[in-house]
Amino acid sequence: MAYVPLADQEQELHHPHSWVTKYVFSQDHKVIAIQYGSTAVAVGVVALVLSLLMRLQLGFPETFSLIDPSSYYQAVTMHGMIMVVYLLTALFLGGFGNYLIPLMVGARDMVFPFLNMLSYWVYLVSVIILMASFFAPGGPTGAGWTLYPPQTSMAGTPGHDWGIILMLASLAVFIVAFTMGGLNYVTTVLQARCRGLTMMRLPLSVWGIFTATVLGLFAFPALFVAAIMMAFDTLLHTSFFMPAIIEAGQPLDTAGGSPILFQHLFWFFGHPEVYIVALPVFGLVSDIISTHARKNIFGYRMMVWAIIAIGGLSFIVWAHHMYVSGMNPYFGFFFATTTLIIAVPTALKVYNWVLTLWEGDIRMNVPMFFAIGFIFTFIHGGLTGLFLGNVVIDLPLSDTYFVIAHFHMVMGVSPVLVFFAAVYHWFPLMSGKMYNETIAKWHFWLTFLGAYAIYLPMHYLGFLGVPRRYYALGSTDFIPESAQALNANITIAALIVGAAQLLFLFNIIWSLKNGKKAEHNPWGSASLEWQTPDVPPVHGNWGPKLPSVYRWAYDYSVPGAHQDFIPQSTPEADEPTVDEQHFDPDHDQSKADI
Amino acid sequence: MALAVVIVILVVGSIIFHFASPWWFTDIAADWGTVDFVIDVTFWVTGFVFIAVNLFLAYCVWKFRQAPGHKAVYEPENSKLEVSLSVVTAVGVVLMLAPGLFVWATFVSPPDDAYDVEIIGSQWQWQFRYPGADGVLGTADTQYINEANPWGVNPEDPNGQDDVVIDGNEMHLPVDTDVRGLLRSKDVLHNYTVPQFRVKMDMVPGLVSYLWFRTTASGSYDIMCEEMCGIAHFMMRGNVVVEPRADFEAWLAQQPTFAETQSVAAPSVAAGQQAYAACATCHGPNAEGNQALNAPRLAGLQSWYLERQLNYFKTGVRGGQNDSNGAMMAPMAMGLDDNAIRNLSAYIASLPARPATGTITDADIDNGARIYSRNCAACHLDNGEGTWYTDAPHLAGMSDWYFVNQINNFRQKIRGAHANDLYGEQMVWMATAMADQDEVEDVAAYLNSLR
Repeated sequence: MAYVPLADQEQELHHPHSWVTKYVFSQDHKVIAIQYGSTAVAVGVVALVLSLLMRLQLGFPETFSLIDPSSYYQAVTMHGMIMVVYLLTALFLGGFGNYLIPLMVGARDMVFPFLNMLSYWVYLVSVIILMASFFAPGGPTGAGWTLYPPQTSMAGTPGHDWGIILMLASLAVFIVAFTMGGLNYVTTVLQARCRGLTMMRLPLSVWGIFTATVLGLFAFPALFVAAIMMAFDTLLHTSFFMPAIIEAGQPLDTAGGSPILFQHLFWFFGHPEVYIVALPVFGLVSDIISTHARKNIFGYRMMVWAIIAIGGLSFIVWAHHMYVSGMNPYFGFFFATTTLIIAVPTALKVYNWVLTLWEGDIRMNVPMFFAIGFIFTFIHGGLTGLFLGNVVIDLPLSDTYFVIAHFHMVMGVSPVLVFFAAVYHWFPLMSGKMYNETIAKWHFWLTFLGAYAIYLPMHYLGFLGVPRRYYALGSTDFIPESAQALNANITIAALIVGAAQLLFLFNIIWSLKNGKKAEHNPWGSASLEWQTPDVPPVHGNWGPKLPSVYRWAYDYSVPGAHQDFIPQSTPEADEPTVDEQHFDPDHDQSKADI
Repeated sequence: MALAVVIVILVVGSIIFHFASPWWFTDIAADWGTVDFVIDVTFWVTGFVFIAVNLFLAYCVWKFRQAPGHKAVYEPENSKLEVSLSVVTAVGVVLMLAPGLFVWATFVSPPDDAYDVEIIGSQWQWQFRYPGADGVLGTADTQYINEANPWGVNPEDPNGQDDVVIDGNEMHLPVDTDVRGLLRSKDVLHNYTVPQFRVKMDMVPGLVSYLWFRTTASGSYDIMCEEMCGIAHFMMRGNVVVEPRADFEAWLAQQPTFAETQSVAAPSVAAGQQAYAACATCHGPNAEGNQALNAPRLAGLQSWYLERQLNYFKTGVRGGQNDSNGAMMAPMAMGLDDNAIRNLSAYIASLPARPATGTITDADIDNGARIYSRNCAACHLDNGEGTWYTDAPHLAGMSDWYFVNQINNFRQKIRGAHANDLYGEQMVWMATAMADQDEVEDVAAYLNSLR
């Protein structure tokens, strides 16, 4: 499997001939990656603005109430769905997956370039459909991003007529786009690796993206059928998810369906989705930490198996989102157990990141700031997951701000910090320019500290019992006035963090034109994507001859080597190799005579 | 370097915040101290990991920062270390999971002799049902739900006849009692949460879910809906009063049984007509209202709504401080007994509803329509006729000046904030959908234009 003779043959690449085929309808994975990434970020900015509108409402309900209850729930819904699916999934798989897979596996492109192009344009269509719902009569759906029936199509929910249909259509189209891209990523990793690049020599970025894509190919179909069934319920008045119910005093003509069935389908997709985002993040951050610590990733094999184990386990934990859903409560025993088991491989990944720093030679470059910031936020978000996963603790905390705080730490802040780390890390490769370091560091501090100021206190609102998805707290006997003051502070922190992202956008756009010219492989990275003859790599990536690989991607600070890294493409004859011995735990490599 | 210091500060700061935070679990009012125990255990384990791993992280960032002559050590893996870390982690997981599962086992199996109470959720109200003398709840189903039977109790089931039914947002429970809540929903997903009880469960249309708890402390606690249920989700509030058994029994005895609610004699419209003579002075012979006397049009309002408002005026829920117009109404309602209120309401509801003349001239009716359809129609319906189901009064064609007046009262919490106004707080907050006075008038004009 490792060696694909075809890859070495002269290939007829479909070289672009015009500006349109080069930059618009491009089949080059790098252009497609940037199209995917920019679209995702653009739609992410919409979701960010929605979150700030919600924060203003929550923080200053009397003075800065810019939205009515209806728009609040629409903002809740669109913010969540955009961030999870249209931003994070598209960004890490469509963006980084596209950019890095062919370069990291030493291929000229994805194996199906046309399909790859199609994937982006179909994704764009899904985004346009989604955005169209803002302009549809009644506006976008306000059912919450989980789209739980029966309320999705009922009169008491904003966007119950047009909004929900556009949402379901958009999701279905997105899944088509994802499938086109996903099949490409998986096939490319399996079939297009260059000579010598065994699976166990792949950078963890590729492992993370590859495994996440496999998860997506299994998980998204569940969402797809759920969306189709819900569209039937809404348009054709079937009863897949609809029992006999009353709408505004009148009985609906539905019977026998189960709202909980939808929740099972949704979370059968929804939980793996967490790891569809997280696994690429794990991979990218592993490579960034290793490179800037000038040290191999610690416990590579364990890291690979942890990715696979987490991926596998992620399919049998979904009902931990449903402990208090009214499903048979005896399921709680099983799902609590599987959920807490998943903590073990996840914790190992954290240990190994920190142990990679141990005895390293850490370069505090901007990507490293974000990567270490990620370790901190991910530890925090991971540990609070142990509260929610441990079924009984879900009784008081489910549907409170603790849940919001938990998943924003683990699935919002953490991946986004890695996104920034990865953009800063690969920006010199993608653009051939360097970013402005001062602005980037300001961006880091404001984002990292600001995000913690938002989410740490939010957990405590959850302990208090403040429910999520409340447009206003109203009067209660258990929420003190001080909670409102805390909410105001959280809003201020959120506004600062939101504004800080302008630094990032400015830095990237400004540096594209005015940035210092980047030297070749500025971080001294050993992995293959930095070894292209041209920077940025041109169409076809490798010039006339494909690279060959002789070692894993983490030969940093190898004793006896000429410099503190050895590119994967360096033959054994030119530099020492410890490949044969480096999996021997009792062998003290530092003293090895090599 | 700076980052190492910041991580240490964040760790220490988080610990300080944790202990200094005034935001913490409410005082527990149910016998679920075991849940709090599992939370404590989880805090200790995760707290230890949080501190240990982050301090180690900070140490590495500081100690192994780039320095001249410094070189990283090449150490691809260390199986012994990795295995022992896995084992330690697994032990930590077991420490948290084991007590968690034990407590869950008690939660999923309520005691056999627990007191059954049915809790019903609907958009955006609560209803309750208690077993009658036979100790058994009758069957219920969505198909039986109508204005006279909002609980959906099966009228054919003999077990249900003596069930005590509550059509309101307040339930009572005896203290020191195992209670099993049987949860039903009439429309969408809802959730029954009382923070002080520590437990919650979704209410799902089409099935009966349950939770149980042993009440341990008397008091009055908020019931919150914690599963998103539509636009007024955040205002789906109720109240549970936990009290000594004797008080509870006395309260229960005052509540109607299902059979009683089904056999109430029809109110006398004729008697209501006679009594209305006193009202006609201000509200007009056909209850068409009179702005000069601050008397709104009443014709068109539903009888259940009129009854409730008259009771509010009578008991001081409305017409209190700052409500000068309401204060004129309050003494009028004082002299009415329950029967008189029913008769009067039935008569007014029977009057022909002729739209009130509009008084607002320069409003943007389209904007009013937009705001109304987005935020108000969910309860008051698209045509503004209101419905018993959401406790929403008829609004179409009513006096626009009075609407403006009342919305302003809601916004200033003159109306709707009284502890016994179980439905009014929803309007306090929904009224914020109209951003300013102009928008209030836009909606008022729109409603006045509806026929």
